[in-house]
Parts: sequence; C-alpha cells; structure tokens
Amino acid sequence: MTRRSAQKILTIVALVAALTPLLTIGQGGDTLAVVQARGQLICGVNSSVIGFGFLDQQTGTFSGFDIDYCRALAAAIFGNPNAVELRPVTAAARFTALATGEIDVLIRNTTWTFLRDADLPLNFTVTTFYDGQGFMVRKASGITSVSQLNGATICVLQGTTTEQNLVDWATLNNFTITPLAFAEEAARNQAYDQGRCDALTADASALPAARKLLSNPDDHIILPERISKEPLGPVVREGDDGWFDLVKWTVYCTIEAEEKGVNSQNVAEQLNSNDPGVRRLLGVEGDFGAKLGVRNSWCADVIKNVGNYGEIYERNVAQLGLVREGSLNALHTKGGAIYSPPFR
Amino acid sequence: MAALKSGSWAFWRDVRVVRIAVQLLFLVAVALGLYWLFGNYVQNTKRLSFGFDFLGSAAGFTVSEGLAHERGDPNWKLFLVGVLNSLRVILIGIVLASLLGLIAGVARISHNWLVSRIATVYIETIRNTPLLVQLFFWYSAVYLKLPLVRESITLPGHIFLNNRGLILPEPYFTQGAEVWRWFLLAGIFIGLVAYVARRVHLARRERPGFPFLWGFGAFVGLAVLGYWLAPQRPIAWEVAELKGFNFEGGLHLSPEFAAVLTGLVVYTAAFIAEIVRAGILAVSKGQKEAALALGLTGLQTLQLVVLPQALRVIVPPVTSQYLNLAKNSSLAAAIAYPDLFNVAITIVNKTGREVEMILIIMGSYLSLSLLTSLFMNWYNRRIRLVER
Repeated sequence: MTRRSAQKILTIVALVAALTPLLTIGQGGDTLAVVQARGQLICGVNSSVIGFGFLDQQTGTFSGFDIDYCRALAAAIFGNPNAVELRPVTAAARFTALATGEIDVLIRNTTWTFLRDADLPLNFTVTTFYDGQGFMVRKASGITSVSQLNGATICVLQGTTTEQNLVDWATLNNFTITPLAFAEEAARNQAYDQGRCDALTADASALPAARKLLSNPDDHIILPERISKEPLGPVVREGDDGWFDLVKWTVYCTIEAEEKGVNSQNVAEQLNSNDPGVRRLLGVEGDFGAKLGVRNSWCADVIKNVGNYGEIYERNVAQLGLVREGSLNALHTKGGAIYSPPFR
Repeated sequence: MAALKSGSWAFWRDVRVVRIAVQLLFLVAVALGLYWLFGNYVQNTKRLSFGFDFLGSAAGFTVSEGLAHERGDPNWKLFLVGVLNSLRVILIGIVLASLLGLIAGVARISHNWLVSRIATVYIETIRNTPLLVQLFFWYSAVYLKLPLVRESITLPGHIFLNNRGLILPEPYFTQGAEVWRWFLLAGIFIGLVAYVARRVHLARRERPGFPFLWGFGAFVGLAVLGYWLAPQRPIAWEVAELKGFNFEGGLHLSPEFAAVLTGLVVYTAAFIAEIVRAGILAVSKGQKEAALALGLTGLQTLQLVVLPQALRVIVPPVTSQYLNLAKNSSLAAAIAYPDLFNVAITIVNKTGREVEMILIIMGSYLSLSLLTSLFMNWYNRRIRLVER
C-alpha cells in the first residue's frame, strides 16, 4: 500500500515535471523563425469550396487556388511545396485561429474589409482574386436583372460578408428582401432548389459550383450583375512585418513571373535570361531572398513547384467557368487589376 | 504480537502522511493545470483585444423573422431578436411536448392493442434516430414539399398555405376600438365587483360555487355588448395578398419555425412518454383497482388517482428533458431559423469576436437552463406537499 502510494507520488511528480515546460510555450513575434524551426508551414484553409480550397473526400487531397498559394509560400521558405500542413478552419474560427497563433497564415477566400483590417489584430496582404457577390435565379421566373428582385426571399450562407452585402444592397435600392441564413451550403442549396427562396446569393466564384449541385442545373441562371466587391487574399497576424513582407512578395513573385513570361516549364532556361528584371526575380542577381530571410532562389522555387499566377488560375479557377479575360483578375497589362510592384 | 508504535518506521511509510502528501500533490497538479489554461487564456485574449464594445455597434444585417428590427440596429438588438425567437420555440415546444408525451406515454400502456403498438413504434423510431436528421426531414421532406407560392392552398377565411409558410389574416384595432376600450375597462371593474360580491355572498351562506364564473361572465357580457354597440367594429382583419414574389400583410408562420417546433416536440415527447410510462407503472396497482372499485371511470382514475401520484416520479426526469429541448433548439441554425445561436454566429462572422460571443452564447443557454430548473424545482416541491 505505502509502496504503491510512493510510486503514485513519483508518477505525479514526474508528470508535473514533464508538464511544466509547457507553461513557457508561447508564440514568439518572429513567425518565420517559428516556421523554420518547426520545419513546416501551417496554413489555415477552406475545405469545401471547389476551385479555391477543397478537400477531396475520396483521395484525401486538397486542391484549389488558395491551396496553391499555401504551397507557394512553403516553396518560398523551404524550397519544398509539400512542407505545409493544410489546416481547415471554419469561417467563424478563422480569425481567432490566426490571432492566437494556431495557424501561421490564413489563405481561405477571405474578403478584405475595413472592419476586419482595422478592428482585428490582422493584416491583409495582397488581393489574389477579385470576387463579387452575385445571384442565381430560376429561368422560369423571368428575372434577368437584380433590379427585379424587390420583395424576394433570398437564400444565403450564414457567416460570410454576403449577408451584410445583401442588406446594404437592399437598403440602397429601397428593396424589401427576406434573407434566409443557412449554416451549411447543402441545406441552403436544397431550400433554394425546392422553391423556398426566389434567389440564391453567394460570391460569384461559388455560384457555378452551387448550380452544378441542383436537381436541374439548366433551369437556373446566374445574373450578370455583381452587387459587391470581394477582394480575397492571404491574411497574417499584426505585428510581424518581416512575415508580412514575405507573404506579400511571394504573391507578387507569381504575378511578376507571369508578366515576365516565366512559368514552371521554362524557369530553368529563364535562369540564363539577360533581362535584369528576370535575373533579380529568380535570384541570379542581387540578394533579394536574404532581405526576406529566405534563400535567394525562393521565387524560382515557387515558380518551379507551383507556377506563376496564370498557371495557378488556369489549374483551379478556369474549370469553374470563370473567364479571366476582361475580368479584374487579368494582368494589368491586359486591362485587369493583377499588378505587382517592381522587383528592384 | 507487539503493539505497533508510531514513529517506529520511516515517515514515507506512514499511511496518514502518504495520504495527505498524495492529496497535496494532486492539488498542486490541478492548480498547475489551471494556471496553464488561464495563462493561455490571458495571453490569447491580450492578442484578441478582448472586449464587449462591439455589441453596441451597428449590426448591418437583418434576419428573416422575429421582433421588428432594421438594418441600423446594434448587435445586441439582433441578438435579442435571436433570444426571443429561441424562447418562442422553447416555450411552445415544452407545452406541446408535455402534452404529446403524456398522450403517448399513456397510450403505450393502454390495453388497446392498436393504440399501444402505434405508441411503441412512434417512441422507438423517434428515440433511436438523431434529432438533426429529423429536423432536416421535417424541413425538406415535409414543409418544403408544400406547394409553391403561386400554387398556394387557399383555406376558407383567407388563410394560405405554401412552402413559404402559413399565412393568416392579422387582426388590428380600428377607430371603433376607442369606444370599445371603455366597455372593456367597465367590464373589468364590474366583473371584479361581481366576483367579490358573489364570493362574499357564498361565504356567508357557506355554500360552494364558482364566483370566478360570475366575474368572467360579467366581463365577457360587457365586452360583447361594447363590440356591437361601437360605431365601427373595433377589430378588423388585414388579409394577405400575393404581390410579386410573396404574400404581403397578414401573419406569417414560417416553415423554419414549424420544422424546428415539430422536430423538437416530436423528439422530446418520445422521451417524455417513456418517463410518463415509468411514472404510471410506479404507482401501485392497488390504487388503481381501489379507484375502479369505487366506481370511477378509467379516465377519472387516471386523472384523479394515478397521475397525481405518478407526477412525483415524473417531474424530476422531465425537467432534464425540458433542458434538453432548450439546448437542442440551437440546432435550428441548420435550417435557417434565426434563433440565438444562428444570430450569434452571424455576429461572430461579421465582427470576428469569437471568444466573446461564445461566452455570451454559453451564458444565455446557462441562464435559460437555470431558470427552467428553478421553475421545475419549485413545481416539484409544490406537488410534493400533496404527499401524506
């Protein structure tokens, strides 16, 4: 009895001793050092939006535009696009997860808004995708424009900027609308499908996928107007400027590469390019990598492993039927808003 | 054998010392664990700029039903709308679930083969499937399968039924109500006088009677008289009309509310039925036989002899079922009913104040549950007084 008690005491002492170091664990301000020490990046992502952040239930693999940017960041830091843990976070928990250090960066089709930027301890880096809120209606309803939606009941996904845009838009137009907020996409789609709502609203990038899941997709049309601006892009914690710079310039690297005609196929040849811009971008000249705290070949590694902006777009977003040409997501040289500051 | 003397062995072999030491160590471990959690909390809240100021800023969104509100209202007002919507479904749900549970419980022990089998099938099916699945069933497979707006079922009295809900005419007061109001006030006064007079009269004669009926009768008489004498009918009905997409005007009962209410009532009633059955079976058979022998009918036996005794067994576990119903109402968010959970999550997404809102949500459910417990415990004590 007493011997057993003594053993118990020893066990407890050992346990307490083992737990004590945990007390001192905290997230330092230097995210890059923490990531490098850990050996992999932790990226907060979506797992249910086809084309942006989607987890394939059969194969267990992630794919999407945002996922590719997580991989690009891992390639920039480690030279290895797979040195990343993709951690799905819910819309409600994403900012808390980022602020408390559970994830290093949030790349989860997150809209850059004033309140989020100014009120929460976060910084929005670069807009990687210009989205906008759109509507889907039944063809039979005869509606061809959002101006005909006064009095409608509208199905919307709860917990997105969509809900507020809807009300702002109705106020602006003096419309009375009834928003019906669902917690899950599936329930929302089904309610719309069964006629509970006259229209379904979501970011335009998500509408084609929602339409595909209806019982009769051809009976529905997506209205051409967009009622909001939804700039999406990576988000980081406030107070770590070095990390902020690294995430920002990794995105710019993919944009600059597209503008300079560097892609995953020709990046090896481009190393011998005599364009000084390309040479600096790929780390042949200068010490741009060192300035960010990573290898000089960081951008070359991103392009080699993930590709430039155009390749990332084609691989993920084009399949949704979202045409890049003529949209804001075209390069600035082609009339869009995708623009990188110069690498010099 | 020589008597053992204290102090004749090392202190760590002394059972008393060891006991105290183990408990102390346990205390230290718990304290360290709590300190660690608290440290995390403090550190994280520092980063999150913890605070409740956001409750006062404009919400910027509206919800589909509930207390009247508009776009500019602050977050707390929207949350209040959610709380009231929750209360509406919880209170009505508790009343209906109790009734259905009582009927099903009694039916299950009925001697009628068909009735008891139907009750058994109902209870066993409902108890053994998840509530969320049932909610989706009621919502998409029952209420949303009602006809579309343009093909609404029209019932007599301008009542419409479609998959956007049940639309009833809404009563409102007209000019005539100003005259009627005086008749109502007079009715209350004369009714009270009649009640007191009759009571005194009966008490003096030491006769039983129903003085309340006299008072109530006087009030109703005056109210009806005033209704017909008023220059204009005091109450008019606003009839709903199909305009554009939806019916406008009238009272709307949404399919979301109906589905949540049906789901919660049917689910909880199945559990209450089993508790009722247990309560009734706990009353000794002799009581029932004695009542029947005295010439009471079956229903009278149940109402006057069995149920009052069974209630003492029934009330405490039924309280837990009421609490379950209240907490399960948070599943309403899945089918777009704007209850407190649904609205709170929208506020979280808009403001990013996750920790604060989760605390508020927990506080709300805790208060709701504690209030329910308080009431049920009071009721439990009250019925226990009947015991002899």
